[in-house]
Order: sequence, then structure tokens, then C-alpha cells
Amino acid sequence: MTYLFYPGCSMDASALEYKTSMLAVFKTLGAEVQELKDWTCCGASVAPVMSDLLGLALPARNLALAEQNGERELLVGCSACYTNFLRVAQAAANPATLARINQALEVENVTYHGRIRARHMLEVLATDYGKDAIAALVKRPLKGLKIAPYYGCQTVRPYASYDDGQHPTSMVGLIEALGATVQHHLHEATCCGTALLTTKPHVGFEIVAQILNAASSADCIAAVCPMCHLNLDSYQDKASMVLGKPVKVPVLFLPQLIGLAFGLPQSDLMLQREVVPVDSVLAKLPA
Amino acid sequence: MTTSEAIDLTGTKRNPAFSDSLTPAGHKLRTCIQCGTCTASCPSAEAMDISPRQMWRMVNLGLEDEVLHSKTMWLCSVCYQCHVRCPRGIPLTETIAKLKQLAIQTRIKEWRESTNFYHVFADVMRRYGHMREMEFMARYFLTTNPFAAMQFTGMALAMLSRGKIRPEIPKLGGEGRLDRLFNRVAELEGRK
Repeated sequence: MTYLFYPGCSMDASALEYKTSMLAVFKTLGAEVQELKDWTCCGASVAPVMSDLLGLALPARNLALAEQNGERELLVGCSACYTNFLRVAQAAANPATLARINQALEVENVTYHGRIRARHMLEVLATDYGKDAIAALVKRPLKGLKIAPYYGCQTVRPYASYDDGQHPTSMVGLIEALGATVQHHLHEATCCGTALLTTKPHVGFEIVAQILNAASSADCIAAVCPMCHLNLDSYQDKASMVLGKPVKVPVLFLPQLIGLAFGLPQSDLMLQREVVPVDSVLAKLPA
Repeated sequence: MTTSEAIDLTGTKRNPAFSDSLTPAGHKLRTCIQCGTCTASCPSAEAMDISPRQMWRMVNLGLEDEVLHSKTMWLCSVCYQCHVRCPRGIPLTETIAKLKQLAIQTRIKEWRESTNFYHVFADVMRRYGHMREMEFMARYFLTTNPFAAMQFTGMALAMLSRGKIRPEIPKLGGEGRLDRLFNRVAELEGRK
């Protein structure tokens, strides 16, 4: 299978290990992934606050570029980009809105037709491949490893159709395919706090603390969004202060865990980039 | 405000068209039944000065000033939980984005730690066409509250040492990557 891929800002910067491991996993699965050329920021949750049209035009610029090759699907790893693309596709179903978006896009010499569909990396792994296809490629089963799935918010809501928006399960089969155990907890689809960690730190730290506390009986957390990963991995000292007890649980991107089970080299997994060291995870694995 | 506290609206300035102005879906707020599912679903409701349920009632009552000056909207982390759970199917999260937009456009002075986040983020996006995390954080803290940056130094150092963030030289002059698109949007929206 071939996929056109939109990395977005984070996967090219702080979450480079997400992009690198995802590409390596897809390659192992036999997929051909091509990065969208000349992409720009999707506008995150900021553009719609600055202006209605900017909030539509920034994601639409990328969708328009992607449509130029006749593609019908766009692979996305960041849940915020993903939600933005689905939001714009829904708004563009109104011909007047679509026309206005294209008035704005004239200066970029592209036209959006509303034909292309964004698909989350998790959706593609769970539905185009699934448990059996993943399990068939496992060389080093993650036996004995308890993995807490963490979907966050925009990975599964409000527009995702591949999973339940409040009680998602799409990671379960994938984690089991690796030979690991799924450690369910009460905050799998709770928000990570996103920008509150910066703008209202005390509120954000509390949110992160509750999630980490709920997931702390696992050996590690599996994340599928750069923002979730950043918040859960980078603020564990603050969360420990909030909880009044030390909490230390490694947070890996799901493709890093799949890559580990596939026996992919360290250069594909970039495990040394995580703030909370993953040594405890590696030590648990059979030699 | 506590839940039991009644609001005396005598002589209060009200904008009866407030909910309708929150396009495209604000008019649906008229069907709000005040069930409180939004408040119960919100991960940061406890830190708000007015709860989401109260805020939507105030929007319907046309209490524009009170709502726009409240910090409630700035505690929304855009997680869409209230949005998907609302029994009336009101797209609440996207209506909050519109409230934030109004507050920024009417130059509300409070909650600068939040409003400035949007201004700096948008400017970095316009200039480079993508996010530059380090420049964004540096500019955000320098222009908001440099002392608040202290509690992030440990995290920033950890990320620097792992190569997760990297210093880049800011490009201050010249045309920004998305200047044309930003200008075109402003022109179409009659802001230029």
C-alpha cells in the first residue's frame, strides 16, 4: 500500500522519534510512505481562534496540495492536525464555505476540492493492517510488558469514525499483537491538558498527574500524539509534586513499541530521546 | 460565584444576540437544557471562575461582558469531551473557540498569559510556515511573564540535552512564509 503523509510541525521537531519509528514500522509492513512536499502548519487550535477563515485556510492549503497528486487519503500522525483536517472537510461540505476557502487559497495557487480524507496513523495500523498483520512480523515479543494505552482526546473525537470517541479500543489488538499485556486505566481518552501546561501550569500539572497516577501500574504508556507525549513525558517531576509521591512511567510512541517488537534498530526507534528513560522497559524484555 | 447564587439582571447590560453571534453554531445554544453534562465532562472545570454550564446560560442571557472577561474559556484545552457528550448536540468546543476569538478581537486585557499564547503562536506560524518550538516558548515567556519560565527550565534542559528542541536563529526581517495567506484572509474578512 502507498500513503501520502503529512508530518506536521511536532513530528519534524520534538516528536521526531514518532515520525522516524512510524516510517520504519510502515516500511516493515511493506507500505510505501511519501511525505507531502511544501506542507505548512495546520494552524493547530490557534488559527480558528485568530480568525474563522484562517482556521479553515491553513489546514485546507495542505489538503489542496495533497489533492494535486490525485490522492484520496492523507496519513497523519498528530491528532491535532488530524482533527483540523477533518473539521475543514466537514465545513467544506458547504459550497459557500468551500468557495471562500478557495478565495483565500488563490494566493497560494492551490485549490481545495474537499475530496481528500485524513486518516490517523492509529486508524491505518488498526484497520488497514490489524492485529494479525502486525503479529506476523513480531520477532521479539514484548512478553511480560504491561502497556497502558493512552489515546488522549483529538485522536478519537469528535470526528474520528474508526473508534469510539469516549471508550476507544483500537490500540488493544495492536498491543496484544506485540505479545504485551494491555493495562487498562480510567484516563485512556482523557485530555492531556495541551497548552494549559504552558498557559495555566497549575491546572495542567494536575491533569497530567491524574493521568500518570492512573497509568502508573503499567510498565509504560503508549501514546499516539506528539502533544500527549510531550505533556506526559516531560512533566513527571511536576506531577510527582502534585501527587505528593514519585511517579515515573516511561512514555513511548506506539510505533516505537511496535518497532521494538519487530526488532528494528535503535536508529529507527530513537529511544534515547524520551525524558523519562526507557531502560526499565528494555530491562523487562526477554534477551 | 456559587451555584446557589442568583444573578440580579436588573439594569444589567445585555446583548440579546450574543449566542447568535457565536457563528456558525451559536444559535443552537438556545436549545441548552442546563443539564450540566459539559461541566461534569470538563477536565479543568474546577479551576474556572464560572462553570461551563453557567457560562452557556450567561451567553443565552446576553451577558457578553461577564462572559468575555471570565477566565473560563481560557481553561478549555479543546478536548471535545463536552462537545461529544452534549445531549443537545451543540458543538460546544468550537463555540468556545469563537468566544476566544471575540475576546481577542475586543482586546480583553485579562488573561494575557493565555491570549498572548495565541498571538505569539500565530506570528511564529506566519513567519516560518511551521512551529519553532524553542523560539515560540522563549518569545511567549519573555512577553508574558519571564519569571514563570523558571519552572520550565528543568524540562527545557532535559529536552535540549536529548535533542528534542534545538536553538535556531530567528529570522526577523523579510517576507514570512505565510504572509500572503494571512494577508489575504485579513483582506477577505475586512480586517485590512
